[in-house]
Amino acid sequence: MLSNTEKELIVQIWDKMIPVAEDIGSEALLRMFTTFPKTKTYFSHLDISPNSDHLRCHGKKIVQALADGARNISTLATTLAPLSRFHAYLLRIHPTNFKLLNHCILVTLACHMGDNFTPVAHAAIDKFLSAFSAVLAEKFR
Amino acid sequence: MVEWTDFERATIQDVFSKINYDVVGPQALARCLIVYPWTQRYFGNFGNLYNAAAIMGNPMVAAHGKTVLGGLDRAVKNMDDIKGTYAELSVLHSEKLHVDPDNFRLLADCLTIVVAAQMGAGFTPAVQAAFQKFIAVAVSALGRQYH
Repeated sequence: MLSNTEKELIVQIWDKMIPVAEDIGSEALLRMFTTFPKTKTYFSHLDISPNSDHLRCHGKKIVQALADGARNISTLATTLAPLSRFHAYLLRIHPTNFKLLNHCILVTLACHMGDNFTPVAHAAIDKFLSAFSAVLAEKFR
Repeated sequence: MVEWTDFERATIQDVFSKINYDVVGPQALARCLIVYPWTQRYFGNFGNLYNAAAIMGNPMVAAHGKTVLGGLDRAVKNMDDIKGTYAELSVLHSEKLHVDPDNFRLLADCLTIVVAAQMGAGFTPAVQAAFQKFIAVAVSALGRQYH
């Protein structure tokens, strides 16, 4: 359940991430691969070494999708329908992995925003990422 | 027994020597109560927890945050027997405090984020991995004596 203040906060934060989408996205992914090595099993087809083109490109896609979701929070299910189908029928990622990436996104934001990543901002983004993941996992079964 | 690489040992000692327990403890606990409000169920006698500002300014939350970090410090100083070090604490949390051990993970996540915010770029992916491994061991040890 997101309040209007939280929705605005979420848009503000993600808008700031768009210009640095590659940096933020690739960092979050790298954190996830380093801390939770089993997540690498989904990327055997890519070069996910630090700073690789694949990592930066993939990171950018993720951040852009999140920014898109942030601007359309009230219609997440419709906005994310194609991504939702993709994750369910093609990628078939074990649902626990969404939490791992979400956590690493929060850590990345904390590292970059320092004190500006207030508890209220943290709560809002955590709720947003949970809602986003729930939509992505919706069609799994 | 948990196997620690030299890098992991050095990283844990380094990170915990750099953070101010009196700041990080309170911040981590406050964050946990704010981001995961159901954790407030264990703090019924802490007074005003009605909103984020109240939680962040609550002296009992701050004091308890320091206690938690003090407990974690014992694991930092006994990395080769965290299980043994935490045996009594585990019994306390299960028999007396009745805390659902899944909540330890939430506090651990909040602590990771507070440390990340403090260390900024210094909290590299490799440092994060070592830190999270350590915290996971501590969380697991705390949950061991539940039955």
